[in-house]
Amino acid sequence: MSNDGLLDGARLPGSDARIMGDSTPSSLFDATALTCLRGRRLVFEDLVFGLDAGDALMLVGPNGSGKSSLLRVLAGLIEPLAGAVRWGGSDVAQDREAHRARLAFVGHLDAVKAAFTVRETLAAHAALAGSTDPVDNAMAALGLRGLSDVRGAELSAGQKRRVALARLVVDRRPLWLLDEPATGLDAESLSRLQRLIDTHRATGGIVVASTHGGLEMAGAKTLDIADFQAETQGVSA
Amino acid sequence: MSAFFAILMRDVKLALRQSTDLGMILGFFVIAAALFPFGVGPNPDMLARLATGIVWVLALLSVMLSLDRLFASDYEDGSLEQLALAPVPLPLIVLAKALAHWLTACLPLIAVAPLIALMMNLPADAYGVLIAGLALGTPSLSLIGAVGAALSLGARKAGLLIAVLVLPLYIPVLIFGVTAVEAHLTQISIAPHFLYLGAILAACVPLAPWAAAAAIRHSVS
Repeated sequence: MSNDGLLDGARLPGSDARIMGDSTPSSLFDATALTCLRGRRLVFEDLVFGLDAGDALMLVGPNGSGKSSLLRVLAGLIEPLAGAVRWGGSDVAQDREAHRARLAFVGHLDAVKAAFTVRETLAAHAALAGSTDPVDNAMAALGLRGLSDVRGAELSAGQKRRVALARLVVDRRPLWLLDEPATGLDAESLSRLQRLIDTHRATGGIVVASTHGGLEMAGAKTLDIADFQAETQGVSA
Repeated sequence: MSAFFAILMRDVKLALRQSTDLGMILGFFVIAAALFPFGVGPNPDMLARLATGIVWVLALLSVMLSLDRLFASDYEDGSLEQLALAPVPLPLIVLAKALAHWLTACLPLIAVAPLIALMMNLPADAYGVLIAGLALGTPSLSLIGAVGAALSLGARKAGLLIAVLVLPLYIPVLIFGVTAVEAHLTQISIAPHFLYLGAILAACVPLAPWAAAAAIRHSVS
């Protein structure tokens, strides 16, 4: 979006400490002492962050460190063992439906139906989400216009990912939870995604995204899951 | 409520796109029925005696075979995750999917059932009761099946697991579906049997979607 944003992005690494001290209760979207148990493995504990309107949080960490688990906890798909995810100061577990109405989640599965065309996949999602926004806007935003009548079975991995990302435009939700959104995207699609994220943040949206590089979010906070893992974590489950 | 119809339309449309699945299930229904005259002999009286039971048992098995497409494909491609994240109660989504399953899997079976009854020499005046029993009993099969299908998500050999979970629960529907026809043929009241089928359905409508939704939440966590 803005040129100075790139400068902000340049001093991203190592800004973890900022988050640690920043979890003031006044944040719009925050996590307090969040602990997640998967099977017998403690994925992370006492994880905290706080985000305000327009903020972005970049989740980093090696494979299997719990980035996806954290995103799923934030989406409400996984119940945390302890701690709370809060929106506007109130625990989202108190009203799951309201939380689901404010978030859009792109996981590592693209949810593209093989038998549906791109348009039908998005239209079915829009109908379920109660969105009246024409799906053409969403297809245009991700460069999917030319593919609107192509069936999901015939799409490449990167094209399916673009359909998954087009749901973000259909949904118009304030909170975006993106699990490795840049996977499989070509350079042009990646810049489209970055423009979407910039616009979303400029209009007060919040983005939490995990990444292995590729995606740049200007002025984003960085959270390394390894900072919230106990020393005993090395022992395999 | 619009979300309910959105899911219903989506699933019916998907099922019609993949109508070969439906064709195969109907094929199974008819071919399996055609085996009985070979197995028990072509004696018309014997077949007439077995007709109702055969139609019902094969209907149960055919419905069961169609259950794996209820949630499994949505689970594999991530759609189920998105459904679980929709700002709509998940049991309502399950109910819509079960209704779509009934429309696309059970209704065709009901339409084909008279053909099998004819092959089995069922007395002509029992057709109405057989069809009415299937119409009232099969929605329960879809709903109970939804619970089995949801519980088996992510399991190896999910199809077998569904069979083991669901077939025992189908027994009450089978009993009252068959006894309704028997009652009609022996000139006694069919009302109690239909009341039981209705009662099973009345219990399944609120309980099954709720149970299936819990299983789905577990599977996508």
